[in-house]
Amino acid sequence: MHDFYLSLTQWLPESLQTVVWIMIKIVSIVLPLMICVAYFTFAERKVIGYMQTRVGPNRVGPKGWLQPIADALKLMMKEIIIPTKSNKFLFLIAPILSLTPALAAWAVMPFSDTLVLADIDASLLYVLALTSMGVYGVIVAGWASNSKYAFLGAMRSAAQIVAYEIAMGFALVGVLMVAGSLNLTTIVQHQAGGFWQWYFLPLFPLFLVYFISGVAETNRAPFDVAEGESEIVAGFHVEYSGMAFAVFFLAEYANMILIAALTVLMFLGGWLPPVDMAPFTWIPPIMWFGLKTSAVAFFFLWFRATFPRYRYDQIMRLGWKVLIPVTLVWIAVIGLAKFYTPVGFIFS
Amino acid sequence: MTFFEIAFYFFSAVLVIAATMVVTIRNPVKSALFLVLAFFSAACVWITLEAEFLAIVLVLVYVGAVMVLFLFVVMMLDIDLAEMRAGFTRYLPIGGIIAALLVAEIALVMHQSFLPADYLNPTPQGVEYSNTRELGEQIYTHYVYAFEIAAFILLVAIIAAIALTMRRRPNNKYINPGEQVKVKREDRLRIVKMPSDKPIDLSPVESPSSNEETS
Amino acid sequence: MLENYLPILLFLAVGLGVGAIAISAGKVLAPNKPSEEKLSPYECGFEAFEDSRMKFDVRYYLVAILFIIFDLEIAFLFPWAIVLDEIGVFGFWAMMLFLGVLVVGFIYEWKKGALEWE
Repeated sequence: MHDFYLSLTQWLPESLQTVVWIMIKIVSIVLPLMICVAYFTFAERKVIGYMQTRVGPNRVGPKGWLQPIADALKLMMKEIIIPTKSNKFLFLIAPILSLTPALAAWAVMPFSDTLVLADIDASLLYVLALTSMGVYGVIVAGWASNSKYAFLGAMRSAAQIVAYEIAMGFALVGVLMVAGSLNLTTIVQHQAGGFWQWYFLPLFPLFLVYFISGVAETNRAPFDVAEGESEIVAGFHVEYSGMAFAVFFLAEYANMILIAALTVLMFLGGWLPPVDMAPFTWIPPIMWFGLKTSAVAFFFLWFRATFPRYRYDQIMRLGWKVLIPVTLVWIAVIGLAKFYTPVGFIFS
Repeated sequence: MTFFEIAFYFFSAVLVIAATMVVTIRNPVKSALFLVLAFFSAACVWITLEAEFLAIVLVLVYVGAVMVLFLFVVMMLDIDLAEMRAGFTRYLPIGGIIAALLVAEIALVMHQSFLPADYLNPTPQGVEYSNTRELGEQIYTHYVYAFEIAAFILLVAIIAAIALTMRRRPNNKYINPGEQVKVKREDRLRIVKMPSDKPIDLSPVESPSSNEETS
Repeated sequence: MLENYLPILLFLAVGLGVGAIAISAGKVLAPNKPSEEKLSPYECGFEAFEDSRMKFDVRYYLVAILFIIFDLEIAFLFPWAIVLDEIGVFGFWAMMLFLGVLVVGFIYEWKKGALEWE
């Protein structure tokens, strides 16, 4: 395919040719991702609907399948209200700040052994650095709106995100100790050989910590005090409407898919089939990756339908007093087992 | 000029402009956001110099953590700008001297020969090169003493932060969910035996309290 | 090594672009009929009666400061974790000492009640 592309674009200078080729690849990641995000919102409404014995949206298109498109069109046609006392530029830039990291993290995500856009050595670190920047969208939105609810929501969410980022980072250290690499492709390749080789077994506590922190990082139920419809109406994006709101919405769902994909890559064997034999290997790797990611993403929806909202002090306690100690202990356990016990092979 | 030279000059220019804006812009929140931009472009410059790990950690620690604190502070303290500007001319000489010292120090460091002789023309590393691995092999073996000192500095920082900002508010209404869950029936409920056949006494009696005050 | 960062740079640009295009599309396509009431900040139907940028509880700073310290720890843990096999037992105990010192700080925080959100 690359050769065909080269023959088409011979008239371009070589450097520009590379750039255009990369752009084509980026679009072929971003476009399906956006469609996934749109249909994830639809899936959420359907899943929660059925969990509450309703049918969910079913009017637009066959069985409601055009609902996300209708939502997008409607939001596009709605006025973007910019409050009087707000800071206009920052107000409009905040949603972009929150969407960009959620998208740009996909630059290093491996979809299969060879299918990765930028195979940098420190790809895991890159993803972590980008997700840590997502907090700016929230803070800037809360401040620029110049509204009390927005500001309260922003502060809550910022303190929560930073508390859980620590637990997340420590959980990742465990993965790195076992895999011995920061590269996501290598981490997955280390888990080859069947589901008993996947890291969620030896690193089970870290797997749980990582996923719980992921839910908290994305401000999802049961940790959604930043939005808390019933107390601070919508938190940091209370003043947002139309497309500006839609971009925040997209960012939240893109982040969920990102966390699900990262969980799959680090703990659930990425694109590898659960058993390395005939009926499982018929499904192509990228399909496995997609299936596993959808399964993990489903938990986000299930949580929302099931759990009542945590109180703020409970969230902070869980982050600092439960998750961080658990990860610290497990890091020491991995190290000690590796060097001093005969079962060290589990962790390498 | 290769693409990465262009990138280097572009991000350096952004860095310089952003840094200038940090000190000239009036709104402290915008100033902090420009500082974020400055850190980010510095990270990009470091990447063009192949300092991959340091660049990403710069984003992770400074952009993702330190600047969040800065923003908390400038957003939540009502900083009076007029008052801050008033001292500007008074402090200008001291600031100038410090700036000159800093420039002189940097110049000395750059001039000194502790940098390897070929630092002006480094050879680019291959795709397989792992910056992080190399750092890891150095820090925890060769520089382990400095590394442990870092631990103590961080410990001091923890203690200082708590000592400076911790305030207990004893009259805060506060529920401890752990205690709440552990509550037994005996802690809350007292069953009082009342003789049922007693004639009605019309004088006021203390009503039997069934619920004690919940904490 | 650097050639791998070109796609990342472009991806960041695309990421910014997607958000910017979406919002400008909203700006262009959507009606724009501002009125005083519509543009006033939401406060449950009340008039906003003071500046919303208020002074905040100092414990938010404490959370942020502790976050920075732990983030630095993580930054130190990453290179250590990936070279654990190379640096061996010595490197392992070097990090355990480092973590031990910080656990002392963590216990101090805990006992002082800095992790309590009242």
